[in-house]
Amino acid sequence: MMPLLFLPAGRTGTIKDIAGGKGVRQKLTRMGFVRGAVVDVVQNDNRGPLMVSIGEGKVAIGQGVAQKILVEEPVD
Amino acid sequence: MNTAQVLGGTEQTVIALAGNPNSGKTSIFNNITGGHQHVGNWPGVTVEKKEGKLNYKGKIYNVIDLPGTYSLGAYSEDEVIARDFVLKEKPDVIISVVDASNIERNLYLTTQLLETGANVVVALNMMDEARTREIDINVQKLAEMLGVVVIPTVAVKKEGINELIAQAVQAAGAEKKDPLKINYGKEVEVELGKLEAIIEKHDKLTAVFPKRWLAVKLLEEDENIYDEVKGYSGTAGLIKQQSKSIERLLDVTGEDTESLVADRRYGFISGAAKQAVTRRASTEKRVSISDKIDKILTNRVLGIPVFLLAMWGVFQFTFTFGAPMIGWIEAFFGWFGRIAGSGLAALNAPDLFVSFIIDGLIGGIGSVLVFIPNIFLLFLAISFLEDSGYMARAAYIMDRFMNSLGLHGKSFIPLVIGFGCNVPAIMAARTLENKRDRMITILITPLMSCGARLPVYVLFVGAFFSAHQGLVIFSLYLLGIILAIIMGKVFKKFLFPGETSPFVMELPPYRIPTLKGTFIHMWERGSAFIKKAGTIIFAVVIIIWFMSVLPPGVEYASRESLVGMLGSLAAPVLAPCGFGTWEAGAALVFGILAKEVVVGTLGVIYGAGEGGLVAAIQQYWTPLSAYAFMVMTLIYVPCAAVIGTIKKETGSWGWTAFTVSYTLILGWTMAFIIFQGGRLLGLG
Repeated sequence: MMPLLFLPAGRTGTIKDIAGGKGVRQKLTRMGFVRGAVVDVVQNDNRGPLMVSIGEGKVAIGQGVAQKILVEEPVD
Repeated sequence: MNTAQVLGGTEQTVIALAGNPNSGKTSIFNNITGGHQHVGNWPGVTVEKKEGKLNYKGKIYNVIDLPGTYSLGAYSEDEVIARDFVLKEKPDVIISVVDASNIERNLYLTTQLLETGANVVVALNMMDEARTREIDINVQKLAEMLGVVVIPTVAVKKEGINELIAQAVQAAGAEKKDPLKINYGKEVEVELGKLEAIIEKHDKLTAVFPKRWLAVKLLEEDENIYDEVKGYSGTAGLIKQQSKSIERLLDVTGEDTESLVADRRYGFISGAAKQAVTRRASTEKRVSISDKIDKILTNRVLGIPVFLLAMWGVFQFTFTFGAPMIGWIEAFFGWFGRIAGSGLAALNAPDLFVSFIIDGLIGGIGSVLVFIPNIFLLFLAISFLEDSGYMARAAYIMDRFMNSLGLHGKSFIPLVIGFGCNVPAIMAARTLENKRDRMITILITPLMSCGARLPVYVLFVGAFFSAHQGLVIFSLYLLGIILAIIMGKVFKKFLFPGETSPFVMELPPYRIPTLKGTFIHMWERGSAFIKKAGTIIFAVVIIIWFMSVLPPGVEYASRESLVGMLGSLAAPVLAPCGFGTWEAGAALVFGILAKEVVVGTLGVIYGAGEGGLVAAIQQYWTPLSAYAFMVMTLIYVPCAAVIGTIKKETGSWGWTAFTVSYTLILGWTMAFIIFQGGRLLGLG
């Protein structure tokens, strides 16, 4: 398990947990970031927000938020 | 429309539209109401409320557009408004607009609507996009899973709209169904049962809230609902049970109830989607086009140059197409003034009256209305960028930059709207959930050069910088941006220290905006300006005219008139900035009422319409003093409407007074630096 922040562009992770307070969690839940959701990292420049796709939608998330989303990469 | 229909309007059937931002809800609304709509505010707040009428088979229906939200929680003011309307106003039917190309996330809101037990018809919109992305949706199956009618639509092409209206009208007349019951799992269900048993005994609670829905909300620890329930008498037992249930669930499952509920709700949705949705294309293929565009537009190297190019394009578009239209309007007012003049002379009208009509009304209003093309074109370009999906990317690109200034990426959109008009811009700062971020954004938005300041630039640039019009005007916009950045940083450091709130923002897929949608969007904003021009400016022009002819017997708009006296008072203070004349002083004083009035005032004082005004200005000003004056107009004191909006949005006279004072000091200082600096460099 690792923060989404460390996942480079082009990689995929499954959300395992959201390690944030009520505010961050509420914000993420309504955008589809819940346990089990699959996130593709579209852009991650290691500075500024990440661009990820979740479901069919695309979402920009700040680095602080990306640090709180814990993901696991699928093992092939 | 016959009388019977109008009279029948007292018991109107209400159709409400709910949906995610970017789900095409506005297009559906425009199609149902035929674009005839009334924009007002929800009571007590400044969130926009759009209402329209639908005339279907001889009956009039009231159509309400609820704010675009991702859920029916209490996270933002928008969500609370949407939820209160659904629960308390109990619309006869709710059309839940769902983006078919992003169905799972969109169904989260639909599911919450169904849980309230409201009559819902689902508009499965953007079916064409789903098709291009090779997403097959079995509409029949989806309808079965959700237990409601589902109509596939493509709102921008008007596909499925008639069917949607017919089904909505039918559902409006139907009996209310039982609320959707999602299985929240054994442990949660036990606690829900306990809460429901208590709720059932409260008539007052059950009159407003569906009992199971209320029980779920209490378990989710929805603060808004909690406070409301607490407000009813005799609910102490319920509140006690709530904390007991939450504690027990934490003990048993090791999870907070909010996550448990959200997981199950998404579980229900993905279950339904699994049955009804098949994706033929692989993920890589599906996201390709939007991603390819993003690779260029949001590229870490190209992103900012592309953005600057887009902004440059917006201004080129505005001025290139605006110029000939301005010519037509000028010609019209010139002609109208001459006709009116000779007409009044033929009638032997008194001189004072002729002056009132020609100098006051036609001259004053004409010199302001002449800039309407520019303002509308600017709004048109901004609406186009918003509707195409680019504006959200701009916020994404700029977040890095904004963050380094201590601002939130989302602050960027209000600031850009500020180029059109500061009033909607300050209102748009509501999308910032954090109060600190919102306050900083509100305080610096007046530095964004709005459309009303443009007439002043166009006038002076036309008089002195005709060879470099675009460049000089661009420099003023840029100066505003740079000052906003500096002030934002200062405010963040000294007034609102602390973390910026988490950045999570949807990036809608790129779309080619429809002509109709973009024009409606432009019109909504532009007509607000016209209303202002029609009321405030009209009143101001008349006041200025009176102040120009009083005290009685004074020469029109001379130094001895009231206008002259007021301007003379301000002149000595303004002298170090290069425009220490009573004419400039008076123009700036009146400009507080509305910035474009600066032009109108100068027009009245110099006793000239547009054409003559340029000649008069060339006579009394220098390029350097003109530039300093433009800088002053940009920065000093926001206009009356903006001051009012700041008060409304911050809820504080203190912050309002602060904004007025800091902009005044900053404006004077900048004009002073530019004029004195220019003189030192030998430019004066």
